[in-house]
Amino acid sequence: MNRRKSRLMRVTSGVYAAFIFLFLYAPIAVLIALSFNESKLRSSWGGFSLKWYASLLQNDRIISALGTTLLLALLSAAIATVIGTAAAIGLHNLRGPFRSVLLNLTYIPMLNPDIVTGVALLLLFTFVGYSMGFSSLLLSHIAFNIPYVVMSVLPKLKQMNPNLLDAAMDLGMKPATAITKVVVPEVMPGVVTGFLLAITMSIDDFVISFFTTGPGVSTLSIEIYSMTRRGVNPEINALSTIMFVVVLALLIAVNLRSGQKGGEMINIG
Amino acid sequence: MKRLYALVLALTLLLAFTPLTGCSQDDSGETVRIYNWGDYIAPGVIELFEEETGIEVVYDTFETNEDMYLKLKNSSGYTYDVVIPSDYMISKMLREDMLAEIDFNNVPNAAGIDERFKNLDYDPTGAYSVPYMWGTVCIAYDPEQVTEEVNSWDILWDEDYARRIFMIDSERDSIGVALLSLGYSLNSTDPDELEEAKQKLLEQKPLVLAYTGDDVKDKMIAREGALAVIWSCDIGIIREQDDTLAYAIPDAGTNVWYDAAVILKDAENKANAEAFLNFLCRPDVAQMNADYMGSASPVSEALANQDESIRNDPIVNPPAEELAKYEVFQMVDGAAELYEEIWSYVLAS
Amino acid sequence: MKYKGITYSYVVYAFTFFLAPLLLILFYSLTASDGGSVSFTLENFTRFFDFSNPQYMKVLGNSFRIAGIATLLCLLLGYPMAYILASLKPRLRAFLSLLFILPMWMNFLLRTYAWMSLLETNGIINTLLSKLGLPALQIMYTEKAVILGMVYNFLPFMILPIYNTLIKLDPSLLNASDDLGASPWQTFTRVTLPLSKPAILSGINMVFMPSVTTFVISRLLGGSSTALIGDIIEKQFKLVDDKGFGSAMSVIIMIFVFGLVALTREKDSEEVSL
Repeated sequence: MNRRKSRLMRVTSGVYAAFIFLFLYAPIAVLIALSFNESKLRSSWGGFSLKWYASLLQNDRIISALGTTLLLALLSAAIATVIGTAAAIGLHNLRGPFRSVLLNLTYIPMLNPDIVTGVALLLLFTFVGYSMGFSSLLLSHIAFNIPYVVMSVLPKLKQMNPNLLDAAMDLGMKPATAITKVVVPEVMPGVVTGFLLAITMSIDDFVISFFTTGPGVSTLSIEIYSMTRRGVNPEINALSTIMFVVVLALLIAVNLRSGQKGGEMINIG
Repeated sequence: MKRLYALVLALTLLLAFTPLTGCSQDDSGETVRIYNWGDYIAPGVIELFEEETGIEVVYDTFETNEDMYLKLKNSSGYTYDVVIPSDYMISKMLREDMLAEIDFNNVPNAAGIDERFKNLDYDPTGAYSVPYMWGTVCIAYDPEQVTEEVNSWDILWDEDYARRIFMIDSERDSIGVALLSLGYSLNSTDPDELEEAKQKLLEQKPLVLAYTGDDVKDKMIAREGALAVIWSCDIGIIREQDDTLAYAIPDAGTNVWYDAAVILKDAENKANAEAFLNFLCRPDVAQMNADYMGSASPVSEALANQDESIRNDPIVNPPAEELAKYEVFQMVDGAAELYEEIWSYVLAS
Repeated sequence: MKYKGITYSYVVYAFTFFLAPLLLILFYSLTASDGGSVSFTLENFTRFFDFSNPQYMKVLGNSFRIAGIATLLCLLLGYPMAYILASLKPRLRAFLSLLFILPMWMNFLLRTYAWMSLLETNGIINTLLSKLGLPALQIMYTEKAVILGMVYNFLPFMILPIYNTLIKLDPSLLNASDDLGASPWQTFTRVTLPLSKPAILSGINMVFMPSVTTFVISRLLGGSSTALIGDIIEKQFKLVDDKGFGSAMSVIIMIFVFGLVALTREKDSEEVSL
């Protein structure tokens, strides 16, 4: 698309892009600025202060919610990666109508609106009388993470030479060994992508967690929601600033590692 | 493969050093789980309790009696030890056998509670609850925008204040205000009266900026609106930041509410729960909480030590002759579903 | 049949956590329980589709309208942006696209909260406006604020798929069109736009779906009259214990959403694009 463009075109494009970036960043810039505001009031500047950071770090609920969020993300992503990879291998080798039934079933949690998934899982847990808490959160997160793993692994399986597995077994490998020694390494990039995607989805989720958590257990998203519902709390601004810096650092790190691959964006859900 | 393992391993190690108070269930230490309204305990009270007793507190908050009740109903088994519902909700939970009898030998400070708060209708024997706080539903307003006298619920239907009114996002309270403005009982179960209340709320809707929860305090402080229906226990928290707002109870009367601490039947830490109730009734702690909320403490000794401005405030501590005119919420047997339908209909309009 | 074990264990999981919950929704939406007995009923649906009192249908219609406006705005704002980004030199666009996804990785609630600070009656925007002697904006607590919140949160979902398609466009097609005498505008409407249609559809899908079912954005930025279908569903489960009615509305919204997906999805691909 490197077509010749007039000067006017270029200036217009630049201004437009600047406008969109302003739209995206202005609110974040405001949050960051407010996080250093001594005053609790948003419309007046009471001087520079780090007190909201100090009180944020002493906020046990936030710290414990952060721990829950990270543990949940890692566990659910890891388990979903194992189940999802296995499911993808199974699906890949399945033929006939059952394959498309199962495939469509797999994508249900991804296509369904979060609120429906959340409500449905809530009904499931209450119906069987399951005591909700960390484990119900974990099961739910695994459930909505699996499709992302399957979706990342399936294309890699398609690219794989179909004779590879047969060759391995012809050479005397047991099927289970052949899968772990031959198939899994071959699709590893897809597995890693799925794992990372699952972590992202899990950390990002609010709605499903909101419906499936139990007493005493909350994730960062749930905690932020109840903070915003309670009114003005400058600790939220401090938290936003910290999260922004962490995300910025992560993205820079990822980008430096993946090097000059060109301009393709990391496509996250 | 190795790299992935290294990553997972590193992250797991990282986790091992992250405190996880939220989900550590096999914690050997003593704990107590408390479920209370948002902004409903003075800062520092929980820390003080933990310090003095060594019992770790897991503390969650709810926004209305209804969402608390539903959360308990939807969870099976052990949820919380202590919950602080209001009068009519305590009756309901009592009837549904959700509450445990309190061993008052472990709550000696409860003796210091003023006689008039003991054995109220919602818990006639007084064996299942310990009064925590009480107050009224009132109108908070900005005297700069509202220069007339606030003495009628009708002001909440006044076009002059269109889009400057906040109502409470709570079924009983908002329907209650509508019933009061119509001159009916707060506890009406008459379908016709309730239908009128529904129409009244629908009529009011275009004037209402938002149905709010705990955030109403900050919104009024920021002058987002001119009038708000609030619980009198919010007054202390508002005054702390801004003492220029005014408060009024309409002549037609209002709702007087009693919130009390109860122990759930499924509680796993009943002794700790009783220790916590006892702590709440200790005069200095009761005073901390009452002062924070600008309310009159039900604990006699605490009340005696509170500032005169609170003790003599007719909104948080109405004189007996006024109090007699106010109504307490009762269970609305037979009309409970109608209340729910009306409220979800009003919100959906 | 060497994958039987794997496949069947997964089938069990998928049925328990993907299918069973949906069947339960259907079950609750079609039954009424009175004491211990459960009976079939259509009451939950007739309450929703009550033509003499179409309150709930209005909410659904409203949700579609608001989400539709937000989606359209995202498309109008997002397409040019994707086009501009895609036409840059690879190094520059790599950097800019990085900047672009950055806000997306921030927690969605924090991003919505940011707009609360900005939009409130006495918030930052109005404070600035009044300092400049300009009239105040009354956006907070209205539908406009909800739409703004949707556009802000979901705009990247529109730009990403379009951008990813545009950078993969075969330049020789565009050159051919150019060589054959088409104006840049003709090339755009006849070549670029049709080729990016699948991406536009997927963008529409990804913006519309979360918009039409949200309850967070309307709760935080909206006011008394901006309840969306998501708000009403959430209320049935979190505030009033009406699982049947909440389930019925979930079923209704699910039918609409799957219908939309079926309409916008490419027929030949069984893989769903993110």
